[in-house]
Amino acid sequence: MSASMNILLSGVGGQGTVLASKLLARCAIARGEAAHTAETIGMAQRGGCVTSHVRIGKCFSPMIPKGCADAIIAFEPAEAVRCLDFLKEGGWVIVSSAAIKPVTDTLSASGYSGEPMLEYLRNLPVRLICVNGEEIARACGSAKVLNMALLGAAAASGAIGISPEELENAVANLSPKFRDANCMAIRMGVVAAGN
Amino acid sequence: MSNTTLFMGNELAALGAARAGVTVATGYPGTPSTEALEYLAKHFGQQMHVEWSVNEKTALEVAAGASYAGARTFVTMKQVGLNVASDPLMSLRYVGLSGGMVVYVADDPGPISSQTEQDTRSFAAFAKVPVFDPSSPEEAFAMMADAYALSEQLGSPVFLRPTTRICHANAAADPDSVPQQTVQPAGFRACGQRIIFPRTSYLAHLRIEDECERLSETLSSSPWNSIQNAGSGKLGIAAGGVSYAYAMEAMSLLGVACPVLKISTPFPFPERLAEEFLSQVDQVLVFEELDPVIERNLIYLCGKRGLNVRVLGKGTRTLPRAGEYSVEIAKAAMAQFLGLAAPCTDMCLPQPPALPVRPPVLCAGCPHRASFYAVKRAMRKFGGKALFAGDIGCYTLGNAKPLEMVDTCLCMGAGITVAQGVSAVEPDTIAFSFTGDSTFFHTGLPGIANAVYNGASMVSVILDNSTTAMTGQQPNPSTGFRASGEVAQKLSIEAALKALGVEDIQVVNPFDQQAAQDAVTHAAGQTGVRAIIFRAPCIAVSRPGKPLRVNPDACTGCRACAKLLGCPAIVSSGQDNRVMIDSSICTGCGLCSQVCPAGAIGGEHK
Repeated sequence: MSASMNILLSGVGGQGTVLASKLLARCAIARGEAAHTAETIGMAQRGGCVTSHVRIGKCFSPMIPKGCADAIIAFEPAEAVRCLDFLKEGGWVIVSSAAIKPVTDTLSASGYSGEPMLEYLRNLPVRLICVNGEEIARACGSAKVLNMALLGAAAASGAIGISPEELENAVANLSPKFRDANCMAIRMGVVAAGN
Repeated sequence: MSNTTLFMGNELAALGAARAGVTVATGYPGTPSTEALEYLAKHFGQQMHVEWSVNEKTALEVAAGASYAGARTFVTMKQVGLNVASDPLMSLRYVGLSGGMVVYVADDPGPISSQTEQDTRSFAAFAKVPVFDPSSPEEAFAMMADAYALSEQLGSPVFLRPTTRICHANAAADPDSVPQQTVQPAGFRACGQRIIFPRTSYLAHLRIEDECERLSETLSSSPWNSIQNAGSGKLGIAAGGVSYAYAMEAMSLLGVACPVLKISTPFPFPERLAEEFLSQVDQVLVFEELDPVIERNLIYLCGKRGLNVRVLGKGTRTLPRAGEYSVEIAKAAMAQFLGLAAPCTDMCLPQPPALPVRPPVLCAGCPHRASFYAVKRAMRKFGGKALFAGDIGCYTLGNAKPLEMVDTCLCMGAGITVAQGVSAVEPDTIAFSFTGDSTFFHTGLPGIANAVYNGASMVSVILDNSTTAMTGQQPNPSTGFRASGEVAQKLSIEAALKALGVEDIQVVNPFDQQAAQDAVTHAAGQTGVRAIIFRAPCIAVSRPGKPLRVNPDACTGCRACAKLLGCPAIVSSGQDNRVMIDSSICTGCGLCSQVCPAGAIGGEHK
């Protein structure tokens, strides 16, 4: 008994990984499937690395075992690389290209930039989709919808067994205030997956 | 239509308590337990008494009184909070209660956000309090009704002890799948039973030992404890809590089945069931995080019954003796135990580029940064040796570069008292303690009384941000409202200090650096117990001001702002060494504009 679909979301505290993982779980529940998620909560949220594990179908462990993730949805290039040991062979990586420097960078420059991470990912035997996070934030007027764009791209690629329509239906149940911006971001993600 | 939705483990436990007819719920925030009481306050605050108590001891005592009066009660805390609540808990086991009480104590293997890796299952055996150990969020929900029934049957508090991965996992559940119970409290009747005396305690102790023995037998038939895959071999697995989930997942990944003993009530240990299991196997591998509770119970049983079964686990160094377990740990140990080839799922990836390190930091606009900086700056000018005794809360992050203003951190409230001890040995050291507002009311007050009474010389700095920030902005006595959202009397920290005999009290806004540093200089020059209250609200509970901006023509690229303050809103501009401000997170606190030697940072000040 190991889940039928395992999706790992990774990013930096404050990027909206938790909401995204709950949305995926709700899509599964809406079609009558079992769903579990497990999140990083607490001190690590303050600018630290965060992960959300989404498991669809019956399973025991709340966390995805290493080497078992069907897809990694990474909100940041380095955070995709950091989680690669969770990915199964031939799995999907959906990544935002916009790098986030560590908050300590001005204190002691780490020299971190996203491009070497993306280059590393391109050379791996994984199915890679790169979403231009900066462009989406600009077009939607906020970096807060990046999570929806990444989900849209993941859904359109077929990586997560959830369709863009199911995502939009789940979003419709969220706050109406952000519904339009979120749906627009999902559609931009769908387009990005096709490129 | 089913009402199945997604709930966090903590929420499911709280929902289970509400379905069991709880009418009084108390607790003190602490990761990973906090969301349980928060959920009750949010969804049941009008139907029951829900309170954030000032500490875990008061929470348990309030619930004890309510249970005496016949109400079902729910008390929540993290594992170190149980240390604070242990005094009333130990005695309550002896004097007993009427309405059922479940003490929900969240353990934190890792530890992920705790001071210790203590195991509440061991505490349960010490206190002789039965403990339920759920292996999933769904079980935490479903076990609650049985926990209350057992509590009332024994007249004893009962623990329900999840771990972080159960607390913070989300699962789909239908609230209506558990029947709603209604408990009408009979009221308190004085009958002498609730008074603890040495003679009655001796008799109670005899009764408790008998009860636990009988309970071990009853729990051997409980559906929560079970033998699975019986007869599938002579090599068995025993597990409890989330480690059971890891072990079962590992077994499924390895494609094997062997006999499994699942223990969900580690105290009292279901001996008859365990003996039945031990009689079927030659060797047992035990999966459990933290203490080897199941392991030692099995070894004890082998001795007691003369069984020749080898028990492997922490004692044999087969499994880690500290930290979190995982499916990977379970899989590797199980494969070796069963004589299977080591599983390899590794993609054998090439070496990745160096990954950025992302330590947690104080938020942009956090008043603690301004307070620490004021003390640091003023004491550097004042000279001499100073001690900075910290405490538990967001402000523990003041230990990080570049502030480096936390020399000690022991437990809730200890900053104030540790400062007194250091100062007793080093009278020339100016001893500062840093205490948050919630911590001040939690266990800070006795420390202040002790300092004044015993003639200590110290500066007690209270970082009053009007909230319990670290755990997610719960209200406390200095906030002005209660868990339910009702307006409450706002307790004055300065009045409390004054009443405890502190005469030199200064209240300062830390964002006014001149005033803040002057206050520190003044306090440093005095003797006796002095207090400085740095008062400014947490940025998570206040409206941010307009972001500041760096004038690129004036910025000299000296980076004093970044090097002195370490604010995450100050970022590289990409032009030589100059900086700019990330307007998406800057709250306009104005601290950086006060330290910039070139006067290059401007905009609206708070």
